[in-house]
Amino acid sequence: MSTAQPASAGTAASGQAMIELRGVHKWYGQFHVLRDIDLTVQAGERIVICGPSGSGKSTMIRCINRLEEHQRGQIIVDGVELTSDVKHIEKVRSEVGMVFQHFNLFPHLTVLENCALAPMWVRRIPRKDAEAAAMKYLERVRIPEQAKKYPGQLSGGQQQRVAIARSLCMNPKVMLFDEPTSALDPEMIKEVLDVMVGLAETGMTMLCVTHEMGFAKTVANRVIFMDFGEIVEENEPHAFFTNPRHDRTKLFLSQILHH
Amino acid sequence: MARLERHPELPPPITEVGVLGWLRHNLFSSPANAALTLVALYVIYLTVPPLVDWALLKADWTGTTRADCKSGGACWAFVGVWFNQFIYRFYPVAEQWRVDLAFGLLVVLVVPLFVERFRWKGWLGAFIVVVYPAIAFYLFLGGAFGLTYVETSKWGGLMLTLIISAVGMVAALPLGIVLALGRRSTTMPVVRALCVVFIEFWRGVPLITVLFMSSVMLPLFLPEGVNFDKLLRALIGVTLFEAAYMAEVVRGGMQGIAKGQYEAADSLGLSFPKKMALVVLPQALKLVIPGIVNTFIALFKDTSLVLIIGLFDLLGAIQAAVKDAEWPQVVTEGYVFAAALFWIFCFAMSRYSQKLERRLGTGHKR
Repeated sequence: MSTAQPASAGTAASGQAMIELRGVHKWYGQFHVLRDIDLTVQAGERIVICGPSGSGKSTMIRCINRLEEHQRGQIIVDGVELTSDVKHIEKVRSEVGMVFQHFNLFPHLTVLENCALAPMWVRRIPRKDAEAAAMKYLERVRIPEQAKKYPGQLSGGQQQRVAIARSLCMNPKVMLFDEPTSALDPEMIKEVLDVMVGLAETGMTMLCVTHEMGFAKTVANRVIFMDFGEIVEENEPHAFFTNPRHDRTKLFLSQILHH
Repeated sequence: MARLERHPELPPPITEVGVLGWLRHNLFSSPANAALTLVALYVIYLTVPPLVDWALLKADWTGTTRADCKSGGACWAFVGVWFNQFIYRFYPVAEQWRVDLAFGLLVVLVVPLFVERFRWKGWLGAFIVVVYPAIAFYLFLGGAFGLTYVETSKWGGLMLTLIISAVGMVAALPLGIVLALGRRSTTMPVVRALCVVFIEFWRGVPLITVLFMSSVMLPLFLPEGVNFDKLLRALIGVTLFEAAYMAEVVRGGMQGIAKGQYEAADSLGLSFPKKMALVVLPQALKLVIPGIVNTFIALFKDTSLVLIIGLFDLLGAIQAAVKDAEWPQVVTEGYVFAAALFWIFCFAMSRYSQKLERRLGTGHKR
């Protein structure tokens, strides 16, 4: 559980934080789902976000790549503020990769085509180069032999690893994970977590919403607990798990750490 | 208790497999089903032999006048004599080779699309949709480079049916896609409103009134001397009409695509047009192939309505033929032939769509 930051990861612009959320509020209609969120993430940090369902954890990270819009406050990613300006949004999205709970692979394309699609069409990289780079990432997630198969022919764990490779092909500076292992059978969770740990070791900035506390203990620099739309507690993993300060945190930990 | 040896592998009972098995499961699986099977067999016995008798066994296949059809069966000689008119109607006989050439060329161009290994299907498809129509149109119309001019009012018969259907299909699908995207827009309310108005208007009027108005009322609104070709008016009317239906079919397909697909495309940084073209539409269109082919089949049959504005497609030609004084009492043969011809084309489209679905289905398993 180190806090050292290897230089091979993308770095933020001149000492700025990689991600900043300042006074962010969001409403779904009348429902106040995010309440005054303040969060700063440095380049290379790995943050695990946990909390009961409905606490706004997924909503918060989805605001970071503008899959959800915040109504108040500022979100700044690598120096670019997220507003309704389409150019800013596209810039942020090309630097931020996301891995979803339900994988969301494109079923009509092969694994290789899934990974090469965005580099070819967003960064205009020629097909051969995009596919070569995609094969490298598929080797990194340890499924190069599946390149010509369709997502429907893969297991859940394999699909999620393809999803991770697909996001990595765009060389993002930040990777967001929205409960990446929640839809997987237990025997497949480990293979995906191993890939994520490997990714953390390269110095990637990662924000991970998960219930896998083992992963948090291994890899995270900070653990954040959210409840009812606010950040209740935030601490480095050891202190967080052994000495939680708020009652709500204690209650949540007692509920999830007992199996 | 524990079983020490494995049970030997036995063949299934004779009533479960093969022909007997099929009969038992499909036709006689319950008393009600068995009764229905017997009723159906009886109905077939009552209707099919007389039909086959009339249409095939007692029919007259050759001859040149009505008097040659003596046997009381179907008079297919009538079809033989009028056949050229059914296909080409008033198109000059001497120039009909141009029509044959145009359709022959289309067949030649389309065949490689069915070959598995052919690698330039994208280019070929684009050529067929963009360049070929110009070639075909020139061949039909003439008027330059040595081909005599054949005005559009002389085009008719099956040739005209195919022309109107093909133009309608090729033009309505892209327009329908654009309308569907416009209708689903959340960021451009004016565009969405325009699309809704367009779709609801064109779906609200019958095609026959569209054709009628285009032929009769449009000239009243145009300034003196400006006159649209009648066929062109029909083509535009049919296209706009079918595009509205196609838009709703495509929109249904887009609604069937999981939100996660849109989100994954967004998170990879794909802009709206790229997201639609690369991720959403390929899946949505595959999903609604039945709906699209349905619309195409309906369009193919709706082309008969151009009769109302004085264009004589296949059905128009057949109607003229059955009224011919030289051929009394051939109404049944005429319409049976029309129905058979329409059925062949529509069934072919239906079979092709099933083949397409099967071929494209390999990539779509979840």
